[in-house]
Amino acid sequence: MGAEIHPLAGVLARLVSGVQVRWQECQPEKRQRIYFANHTSHLDFVVLWSSLPREVRALARPVAAKDYWEKGAVRRFLALRVFCAVLVERAPAASREAMAAARTVIDRLVEAMGAENSLIVFPEGTRGSGGELGSFKSGIYHLAERRPEVELVPVYLENLNRILPKGEVLPVPLLSTTTFGPPMQLLPEEPKRAFLERAREAVCRLRRQ
Amino acid sequence: MKLNFDPQLVWLFGGVLGLLVVASTIGAILRRTAKVDAARAVIENLNARTRAWWGMSAIFALSLLTGGMGAVLLFGALSFLALREYLTLVPTRRADHRTLFWTFFVITPLNYYLVYTHWYGFFSILIPVFAFVFVPTRMALAGDTEQFLERAAKIQFGLMICAYCVSYAPALFLLDIPGYEGRGANLLLYLVVVDQMSDVLQYVWGKLMGKHKIAPQVSPNKTWEGFLGGVATATALGTALWWVTPFTPWESAGMSLVICLMGFGGGLVMSAIKRDAGVKDFGAMIEGHGGILDRIDSICFAAPVFFQLTRYFFTP
Repeated sequence: MGAEIHPLAGVLARLVSGVQVRWQECQPEKRQRIYFANHTSHLDFVVLWSSLPREVRALARPVAAKDYWEKGAVRRFLALRVFCAVLVERAPAASREAMAAARTVIDRLVEAMGAENSLIVFPEGTRGSGGELGSFKSGIYHLAERRPEVELVPVYLENLNRILPKGEVLPVPLLSTTTFGPPMQLLPEEPKRAFLERAREAVCRLRRQ
Repeated sequence: MKLNFDPQLVWLFGGVLGLLVVASTIGAILRRTAKVDAARAVIENLNARTRAWWGMSAIFALSLLTGGMGAVLLFGALSFLALREYLTLVPTRRADHRTLFWTFFVITPLNYYLVYTHWYGFFSILIPVFAFVFVPTRMALAGDTEQFLERAAKIQFGLMICAYCVSYAPALFLLDIPGYEGRGANLLLYLVVVDQMSDVLQYVWGKLMGKHKIAPQVSPNKTWEGFLGGVATATALGTALWWVTPFTPWESAGMSLVICLMGFGGGLVMSAIKRDAGVKDFGAMIEGHGGILDRIDSICFAAPVFFQLTRYFFTP
């Protein structure tokens, strides 16, 4: 799993993003969790991952888009060897095949979690502009349905869209903040839409002011 | 590379070392005696500050030991980190990304390279003239006109404060003062000691007997008692250090006073910016002090004025 590379890559990511980590009503714990965050930059999962303490980080696997991270040897090395990412197909437009594909993705994620791994997911599905949070895709709901006992931790990533915005190659070294919020769970009988809205709210609330 | 063990530098750093030992001892005694929780918090912060001072003094000593190159590298790094803290607070827009990249990776390093090569003519106009016209031009090319003037002005101000003004400190190496050749490090150390001691003494006087606030809306911690006591004692200290400088004792007193007053102005202006942005500190890099910019805010104003006065009165 390339575990011996972890510390260095973490240091590097923290240096570039100057990240400050805040835990609000939530403690870093070595237990199985699903971290879900807003998505504005390619740096997101690296920074979120490096914001976790080392022993917690070792269990966390980011979920990333296959089409982007499988391109080129460097990206593939980073994704698979350094971050132990779970690469999945991006969901195409709604159709019967898409439904089946989505189910396979969820299967793969549940399998990747196994008995001890945590996941880092970005439920918006695609990078936003850094303004309003987009609506959440239903993947996180299905994950929570399959593993209801796992804690869902909302995370807000601030400023990464300014450090490396969508469409730019070169980063600008501004400072960012990662805020972890109070863990939540899927309530029994909770409808899908209500849960997704509640999860989105949980991330929005971590925004300062 | 030849290491610089100028006896004056060694004496001055010996003095700094002595002060740190005294400060750490007082801090340790205070921690034993503090009973109230509020007092304990102040003393904890004081001790954190002292610990950070040990580290900062060591880094600064190391940079002076290696001569002009070390000072340029140290202040270049400080500028870079200060700019980072400043631009994080200042709201820029998506279209400014490339301009910011130029600011960080071309203009600031070039500015320090010119200081390193002692090219005063170009260094002194790179940011005030060339970067001044370049920044808004590059932003206009990016095409976003929303709050254009405000964004351009904020980036220009950041370059002036964090890069240009700070770089006047290592630029002291490029002054050719007759009878004082090759002792830029001494002058830089003098500036930094007087400026930072002025900050420290204003803090100490303010904590001991501060009552009347100078600008309560800007900085609740700045009092007339702290200001007058701090500036007077730091000026006295600077006067007593005349032997490090090319100045006579009276000239040294005048220069120290200017450094203290400018330092106070820098601190006040940076406080106003922080207050406007709704934060207490620019960052959290230095324990007890806040960010880099919180520590060097007084240098930002003191260094250019001190440099220009010295250049005008003491170089041919």
